[in-house]
Amino acid sequence: MKYETPLHEAQSLGSAKTGVQHWMAQRVSAIALIPLGVWFIAFFTIFLTAPFEAAEQWLSSEWSVAFAILLTLCLFYHGYLGMRTIWEDYVPHESSRWSLIIATKLLCALMAIVAVVSILQVFLS
Amino acid sequence: MVQLRLPLNSRLQKGKTYISSSKGQNMKTFHIYRYDPDSEENPRLDSYELNLDECGAMVLDALIKIKNEVDTTLTFRRSCREGICGSCAMNIDGTNTLACIKPIAECKGDIKITPLPHLYVIKDLVPDLSFAYAQYASIQPWLQSDETPPPNKERLQSKEEREKIDGLWECILCFCCTTSCPSYWWNGDKYLGPATLLQSYRWIADSRDEAAGERLDNLEDPFKLYRCHTIMNCTNTCPKGLNPAKAIGSIKTKMIERIG
Repeated sequence: MKYETPLHEAQSLGSAKTGVQHWMAQRVSAIALIPLGVWFIAFFTIFLTAPFEAAEQWLSSEWSVAFAILLTLCLFYHGYLGMRTIWEDYVPHESSRWSLIIATKLLCALMAIVAVVSILQVFLS
Repeated sequence: MVQLRLPLNSRLQKGKTYISSSKGQNMKTFHIYRYDPDSEENPRLDSYELNLDECGAMVLDALIKIKNEVDTTLTFRRSCREGICGSCAMNIDGTNTLACIKPIAECKGDIKITPLPHLYVIKDLVPDLSFAYAQYASIQPWLQSDETPPPNKERLQSKEEREKIDGLWECILCFCCTTSCPSYWWNGDKYLGPATLLQSYRWIADSRDEAAGERLDNLEDPFKLYRCHTIMNCTNTCPKGLNPAKAIGSIKTKMIERIG
């Protein structure tokens, strides 16, 4: 038996007073990824046929490293925000949803750290 | 995860076929969703053949003719028959619309009519809109102002201020848009849906209303507002030609504006 009124159910716990930052960050990181992605694909297609040393030399420039790190951070941040949106859309069970969101956040952070450290390693070597 | 198939007792079965005794050049078959809550049976799709030469031009005319002359058990909501009350909102040929302003001639071949999608069905083409109405009530859809209005006078608006609510006040709350939205299908318990959000923006945009800040506060939520992914089904399906997606976009812009 349930006596809860539809209005009480609709009001639920009220507003979380959050969401705008996520929405903004998703769009800003998406826009940033357009030039960074084009830049990366352009160099990547060149290095597909070039020797490893050429890529190493490319990553010895401060600008290339800065852009590569920026791309990595934007990519994983945008990936996390996008995956979070998907979990929120399609996983109604609260504890499963939060587990997936936290796991995605940790995985994206780990992958971003590994990628940035690798880029810096090549730069510093 | 999201349930992709309907529960076993909700799956459609083939129903009865009613052949018209009147024959002519202009025959049309209507496949109509039938569900009787008093029986243990699954919903079914009954087929009704009609001679359009003896029927009005709109889908609602056909439904009324079926109810009056063929099968009196057919249940649907209707009232104004001119697209103002929103009662006869249903899914006709795969699109949510109002049966009273949907011409039969616009539908090629047989016409399939089902209730508004993803709502509990009370009977036949009558969906349960209690929760959608409660969501609408939750946004407090009335003018809120601390100022006492001048005695014996209206709260005035300039032409420009009044124009800001054009495309918003015309909403008749038929919920065609809300029930066409996949985000509402998946998260309708929390996401307010396009109709309620458009109505909310109607008050945010109204120069006479003084509660825009509180209204935005109440909407700023990952589920209440930000489940909208600009899928645009709402705008495509609105029988009044309104643009709920644009209204939701405007709410999101206001959220950014107030950050500074």
